[in-house]
Amino acid sequence: MVAAAISDAVKAQFPGAAIDIAHVDHAFDIDGAELKVLDDVSLIVEPGEFVALLGPSGCGKSTLLRLIAGLDRPRSGSLREDDIGIKGPHPSRVVVFQDPTLFPWRTVWDNVALGLEAQGILKKQRHRVDAALDLVGLTDFRNAYPHQLSGGMAQRVALARALVNDPKVLVLDEPLGKLDSLTRIAMQAELVALWQRKGFTTLLVTHDVEEALVLANRVIVLSDRPARIKADILVDRPYPRHRGDPHLADLRRQILGLLGLEATW
Amino acid sequence: MSTFSLSDVATGEAERGSALAGKLREAAPGLAAALAWAAFGASCLVREDVGDWSRTTDLAISAFVIAALILVAGVAASHLGRVGAAVRKRSPWLIALGVFLSLWELATAKFAWLPLPFFPPPQAIIEVYTDDLPKLLDSVFASVKLQLGGYVIGASIGFVTGVSIGWSTRIGYWVHPVLRFIGPVPATAWLPIAFFTFPTSWSASTFLIALATGFPVTVLTWSGVASVSSAYYDVARTLGAKPSFLVLRVAIPAALPHVFVGLFMGLGASFAVLVIAEMIGVKAGLGWYLQWAQGWAAYANMYAALLVMSLLCSGAITLLFKTRDRVLVWQKGVVKW
Repeated sequence: MVAAAISDAVKAQFPGAAIDIAHVDHAFDIDGAELKVLDDVSLIVEPGEFVALLGPSGCGKSTLLRLIAGLDRPRSGSLREDDIGIKGPHPSRVVVFQDPTLFPWRTVWDNVALGLEAQGILKKQRHRVDAALDLVGLTDFRNAYPHQLSGGMAQRVALARALVNDPKVLVLDEPLGKLDSLTRIAMQAELVALWQRKGFTTLLVTHDVEEALVLANRVIVLSDRPARIKADILVDRPYPRHRGDPHLADLRRQILGLLGLEATW
Repeated sequence: MSTFSLSDVATGEAERGSALAGKLREAAPGLAAALAWAAFGASCLVREDVGDWSRTTDLAISAFVIAALILVAGVAASHLGRVGAAVRKRSPWLIALGVFLSLWELATAKFAWLPLPFFPPPQAIIEVYTDDLPKLLDSVFASVKLQLGGYVIGASIGFVTGVSIGWSTRIGYWVHPVLRFIGPVPATAWLPIAFFTFPTSWSASTFLIALATGFPVTVLTWSGVASVSSAYYDVARTLGAKPSFLVLRVAIPAALPHVFVGLFMGLGASFAVLVIAEMIGVKAGLGWYLQWAQGWAAYANMYAALLVMSLLCSGAITLLFKTRDRVLVWQKGVVKW
């Protein structure tokens, strides 16, 4: 009874969706040989959680995100969003990729409007585009073309393009990976603020341990390919977090150990 | 404009000298250009023409008027704003043109160093423009009509075909072999067949021009669509895009830079077909005019028509590039025509 009441309260508070990944296997065919990338991955993400997927480069993290986004189908196992099987892409689960992949022939405004236009609701909802641009602080650049933007600005446009759809799940595939370190720190703070304000469920793939610890409620550590879940670590610290927090430093040491890098610490 | 007070005169003497030299240096190209055109005018009058041309004096007067205009523009360039700057920028070309025209005049009309009638003097060509204008305009109109019709049909079909085979592997399966079989054959090779299978020579020529345009447009549109990064489709799909959106709003805009290369190549190929079709089958147009002029040994008419043709072709390409610059304004560093 009490547990049910709490979970109802959480659902009302968070417009985010739950993601249920059960026994997912996936593999690629490369020149006839099968390359296994995901090995029996099971994970339940609660509505409104911020989960970081951490693992060595090329372990299959991004593949898992593509499955969650519905861009690819798994070889076996199931993925569900709020108890509904994921069968294809849907604007309730929006992806921000490592490259901003803005459409170069569209202005910033038109890029952000992409989702609403694709869903055929742009004409009535133009104010949502303006609001999303305002949210990432790029209203002044609405008429600029992508080649006129810096890397950080382009990635903010990509973020606005995702957020304009009011997603229930925001899927982030190393979105800050190519930014310089100052821009990166600033955007991490922006990301946390947006997540706290909007309450969507967030899945972040990263190979930066510190980034995972500063941003996420939960850090899932994946093994080398084929990816298995090695550890599921709760990061129970209030926001905004400080990089020097001794608790985070402990977790960082622990995670680097799990990744086989304790010697470098 | 500088103003001098009396007290400046003594100290300013040397400065004024150097300022004057600077002004002269600035105006020198304009002066030289005016001189070159005046020389052209003089070359028209230097002695009697070796042949019978009626526009020699008119040409000389025109050349002197142009020389005077260049002189005014060159000297007063700083007061004429954009016109002055344009003339100043082009003075080297104006000099070269004046010199070329003078030599041409002397080599043909005055001393006949170049054999007549194969090398007519400038006044003979002017005579064509003044005396044979209606026929020339009719030809221009016929050529433009034929070219435009064939080009628009060919470009449209090529574009649709290119998008289709770039997008759908099933359509590609059927169209690709046909394209490989027919496309590389020069469109002019179809000429004999086209002229007896089509009801009119006009429809046959339209078909040939469309064919010449269609092949490069198809191939480049196709390669443009095929080379669109899959990341764009991923982004659009996660945002809720349906297949029609992916084609119209992702594949086609992304492929447009390639499409314009195809349109450019198609334009060049279709000019060749146009002229040949007009020379062989169609009884109108600049190609026909050239052929007709050759039949009458009217060489001045040929040069006149050739000049008009080059202006038209160059104009068409300029128009295409202007359109491209407007449509692809989002691109960086496009080639300026």
